[in-house]
Amino acid sequence: MEYILIIISAVFVNNIVLNQFLGVCPFLGVSNKISTAAGMSAAVVFVMTLATLITYLIQNYVLNPLNIGFMQTVTFILVIASLVQMVEIILKKISPALYQALGIFLPLITTNCAVLGVAIIVVTKEFTFSGTAAMLNLPQAIVYAASMALGFGLALIIFAGLREHMDLVGVPKPFRGVPIALITAGILALAFMGFSGIV
Amino acid sequence: MNKLSIITKGIIKENPIFVLVLGMCPTLGTTTSAFNGLGMGLATTFVLMLSNLVISLIAGLIPAKVRIPSFIVVIAVFVTVVQLIMQAYVPALYETLGLFIPLIVVNCIVLGRAEAFASKNRPLDSFLDGVGAGIGFTLGLTVLGAVRELLGSGAFFGWKILPGDAMLVFILAPGAFIALGYLMVLFNKIKKA
Amino acid sequence: MARESNFRNMFLCLLIICLGGSALLGGVYLMTYQPIADAQATKVNQALAGVLPEFDNIPAEEAYQIQMDGRAVTIYPATKAGVFAGVAVEAVTTKGFGGPITLMVGFKADGTIYNTAVISHSETPGLGDKMDPKKSDFSQQFKGKNPKTFKLAVKKDGGQVDAITAATISSRAFCDALDLAYRAFTQAAQKGGDQ
Repeated sequence: MEYILIIISAVFVNNIVLNQFLGVCPFLGVSNKISTAAGMSAAVVFVMTLATLITYLIQNYVLNPLNIGFMQTVTFILVIASLVQMVEIILKKISPALYQALGIFLPLITTNCAVLGVAIIVVTKEFTFSGTAAMLNLPQAIVYAASMALGFGLALIIFAGLREHMDLVGVPKPFRGVPIALITAGILALAFMGFSGIV
Repeated sequence: MNKLSIITKGIIKENPIFVLVLGMCPTLGTTTSAFNGLGMGLATTFVLMLSNLVISLIAGLIPAKVRIPSFIVVIAVFVTVVQLIMQAYVPALYETLGLFIPLIVVNCIVLGRAEAFASKNRPLDSFLDGVGAGIGFTLGLTVLGAVRELLGSGAFFGWKILPGDAMLVFILAPGAFIALGYLMVLFNKIKKA
Repeated sequence: MARESNFRNMFLCLLIICLGGSALLGGVYLMTYQPIADAQATKVNQALAGVLPEFDNIPAEEAYQIQMDGRAVTIYPATKAGVFAGVAVEAVTTKGFGGPITLMVGFKADGTIYNTAVISHSETPGLGDKMDPKKSDFSQQFKGKNPKTFKLAVKKDGGQVDAITAATISSRAFCDALDLAYRAFTQAAQKGGDQ
């Protein structure tokens, strides 16, 4: 039951882009077309879930026992960078077409603050899903990370749809491009605020 | 280019937030008040200056294939230094900024300046470039923070100026996007003028 | 001008950078270890000083934890001239709107609430965050009230607490934390004045 709460909360209530401001750069940069948005989202789901799994284990079995918590930032980002590199190599071998389609976006996932952000949140914040305020265990952490990535994908794809529409509408010259995108994102965020209080 | 123009280009012509549209996450996430924006900007500037300097110094020794990972490690080290210093000496600000401090390491501005400038220029110039980009970033954060604080809580740097409750939405998520959008339009108009 | 990208160079380069970086971090960590601990202790002590009546011991050093309803509650006993003066209880409620809320509640020896402080919360700015004494007087209504006679529930639920307008859930959570703290206090007091 709590897994459903985790999923709903992560995708809608605390949406990673529209509520926590993580992953905004690719959100603004990759959302021009729905197809690229979908591809990027799939890649992020994969990387975020896998990265969170590895960093969770590192935090709990290496950093905490050895009391070197301050190495968290360095080790986490190294894990993410290496993971993205490996995904690139594997993807090139397995599906060169997908690799070409994602293009520059794949290495950009390294600097996607959403991935590092979720990895840190999972080992830092206390959650109240199970009635007590506690840190997530490993299965919960994985579900949380995957849900966060799904929330990212949802926001990205909705936004791409909106932007495709806006290309056809007359936008005042000073607003064209990023400004109108930001204002639209703000209204989308306003809409998502309606989900708060569900869980 | 002369030393002063290296700094000033980061403030107006190539302002990281309003022109290059980089570093959006902390821009939206830490500007609930002018003070928070200022603190975040200063922390990022610290990292920018030092990472640019160090990367410029060692760029020649790094094999091409491991350029990006090396830069990232250097940046991560300085971000952790900032984390520890802030935790020790400004704990209240550290807690308010929270997650966004370690996220400086994936701030596209830092890696971007390292890749675009520091790896190809002399140490002093790279240091100044970091200073300029940092000032531009801090300025943008502080202005956005001030606007959101004024509209959203009627205060300015903590001093309550407007009576009553003000437009709460500006301290919340939607307000951040909308305020930044309008500020960007304003900045571009000023830049053209 | 970069070095050749063979395996040896790449490996050495990353190794040196990682080792150098870790050494630098280790050094900075050692330098800031004490200030960080001091800053955290100051935060707790300031909270304690704000919620407890006069005392002259160091409650943080005599603090202990008990289990209530499956949650850990920290008790900070305060004494003045050796006499039991009161107790500060740090309690966490999970019923907050945006996440857990941690309160520090100071009780006098007879169970009257002396003062409350919010240690951490994730409530909505402008609504639930009015539980912070800097933002509204909501938390002041508990001063001098004894939960034995003062019903710790919002008026909507039949209690005597004035909820924050439009933030009923946050107000309820605040009461929940207070209630938990009071029950911890009575349990601790029953243990013979904590001394």
